[in-house]
Amino acid sequence: MTKLNTYRGEPDEHGHFGIYGGRYVAETLMPLILEVEKAYDVAKNDPAFQTEFKGYLKNYVGRPTPLYFAERLTEQFGGAKIYFKREDLNHTGAHKINNCMGQILLAKRMGKQRIIAETGAGQHGVATATVCALFGMDCTIYMGETDIERQAPNVFRMKMLGAEVKPVTSGSGTLKDAMNDALRDWVARVHDTYYLIGTVAGPHPYPAMVRDFQSVIGTELMAQMQEAEGRDPDTLVACIGGGSNAMGMFHPYLDNNGVRIIAVEAAGEGIDTGKHAASLSAGKPGVLHGNRTYLLQDADGQITEAHSLSAGLDYPGIGPEHAWLHDVGRVEYVSITDTEAVDAFQLCTRTEGIIPALESAHAIAHAVKIAGTLPTDHVMAVNMSGRGDKDLDSVGRFIEARKG
Amino acid sequence: MSDTRISQRFAALKEEGRAGLVTFITAGDPDRDTSQAILNALPDAGADLIELGMPFSDPMADGPAIQAASLRAIGAGASMRRTLEMVTDFRKTDNETPIILMGYFNPVYAYGVDEFLTDAKQAGVDGLIIVDLPPEEGELRAPLAKAGIDFIYLTAPTTDDERLPTVVKSASGFIYYVSITGITGTASANVNDVADAVARIRKHTPLPVAVGFGIKTPEQAAAVGKVSDAVVVGSALVGQIADHLDENGRPAPGCADAVLGLVRDLSAGLRNGIAS
Repeated sequence: MTKLNTYRGEPDEHGHFGIYGGRYVAETLMPLILEVEKAYDVAKNDPAFQTEFKGYLKNYVGRPTPLYFAERLTEQFGGAKIYFKREDLNHTGAHKINNCMGQILLAKRMGKQRIIAETGAGQHGVATATVCALFGMDCTIYMGETDIERQAPNVFRMKMLGAEVKPVTSGSGTLKDAMNDALRDWVARVHDTYYLIGTVAGPHPYPAMVRDFQSVIGTELMAQMQEAEGRDPDTLVACIGGGSNAMGMFHPYLDNNGVRIIAVEAAGEGIDTGKHAASLSAGKPGVLHGNRTYLLQDADGQITEAHSLSAGLDYPGIGPEHAWLHDVGRVEYVSITDTEAVDAFQLCTRTEGIIPALESAHAIAHAVKIAGTLPTDHVMAVNMSGRGDKDLDSVGRFIEARKG
Repeated sequence: MSDTRISQRFAALKEEGRAGLVTFITAGDPDRDTSQAILNALPDAGADLIELGMPFSDPMADGPAIQAASLRAIGAGASMRRTLEMVTDFRKTDNETPIILMGYFNPVYAYGVDEFLTDAKQAGVDGLIIVDLPPEEGELRAPLAKAGIDFIYLTAPTTDDERLPTVVKSASGFIYYVSITGITGTASANVNDVADAVARIRKHTPLPVAVGFGIKTPEQAAAVGKVSDAVVVGSALVGQIADHLDENGRPAPGCADAVLGLVRDLSAGLRNGIAS
């Protein structure tokens, strides 16, 4: 592990986290990317912007979200104390709205009238459609055809909120293809359109900006854990697709070396089967969607399809800051299969009465895997990044299929 | 790099007093043999410079026609090595027509930048266009200069006067002006706007300016050729391939001829200035 004075000083002025990140976009977009960067720099340092953002988080999103001690789950494994940071209790049911609220306020400041976004599970699409409704902005959501099928309730919600949902048929019809089409839309409509990226990926300044907006999760957790336990947690656990809920939870703790930090990738049907979405565990560095990061790809540099039962983790890349944190060894990256995630989904639902998103179930699965091996005074915080209503059909079908 | 195939070709075009025709096809589309046959016949059909697309799974700046071409090529076994083999094969019969490889950074990065440039130079590649590598990500600049391969940059309608010097400073060979804000093969630009934009670019660089995106017909080529040094046609040519496939996606009889026929028409348009 490389010892650094700080793990919170990235990116540099060009948006690089070590060798990762950057701005790998077509020239047509470059001037706009620079404009977003400039606008965000001003907003970030403007107390009026921060006050407005915090006001909406409190009164509209419903923050702070609770820190909940999962007592029955803890008892069941007889080890570490398991806490849930309840991002599932946010308005729209996931952490995604934190970022959407920040970016819509930025888009408004930039005078943009039209918002586009990509979505996988539909949580980011719903959150984007929600803030667009709130601010009266035109909203177009790109969503892969495969995802539209497996996340039908969210598609309906987006439409009810006034968004146009554009089905993406290119490639595998999932999140990466939706992002390609959103970028193509943006290139054609640079003058009036703002691209509201849903995770800590894409060209600079998005990875840093989305992280900043999501860091409210870790910042609140710090204060809440002090109140609950009088100290910092020993371990943090969060799931990662692109990695925004994890980055938001981890970032405030990165320089606190006593805190062990674990991120959970989707192993799909298993890393060995090739049908997974574990870009850090099984990918290699490359360039896609505006940034250098770990990607699932073949020897010729063609991007390969990711597989996960969880639509929100079904992406062949990962945010560049995670790639960097992986290489410097500050964060541990592990993976959980579809089967393990569904087991954790059922366990959490029946033991705690909380239906987690399939994405969050990956984090829970890893937490319960290690909880029993840890002492009873070990404090673990798991990011319950979203609620699982949207996943009931997928999980139901998976369980039926398993019964054979 | 004053004495390259690219600079010689533009000098010859200037002498002839006409704009050049730059043709784009995707390497290996719809299969290796057909693609090679088209490539080798392009100069005789009237192509002055050749852009050869390096297939990529996620071509973010391309419209449906070139996306489909990439997927057809990859499906038929295209790879970066095969693309370079195609250039080597082409050079057996043509040592004058410039070849510019165009694509996205990841396949180059995966190949290994230095190894790729060495192999590309050896194959007879003259220039490289990497769509998703703006001057801000300058990691190819020094290796390309060392390899003696021109780095052709795109400028767009959004590249304003403040930014233009940054972009053209890094470029060599020629400047590729993307005439619309959009993806390939969609809208077409107004010729007066193109003329203004080319004039604006010329204020910042002595390099020739090629104009592309949305140019499909001999008439459009002729009109844009009047105000630029070269016109680039891609989606329309690739579209000819798509229109001449059998139900299994294999090239139907006349597939290569359809592409070359359009190249001949475009070339005639440019040479005769049919849009008077």
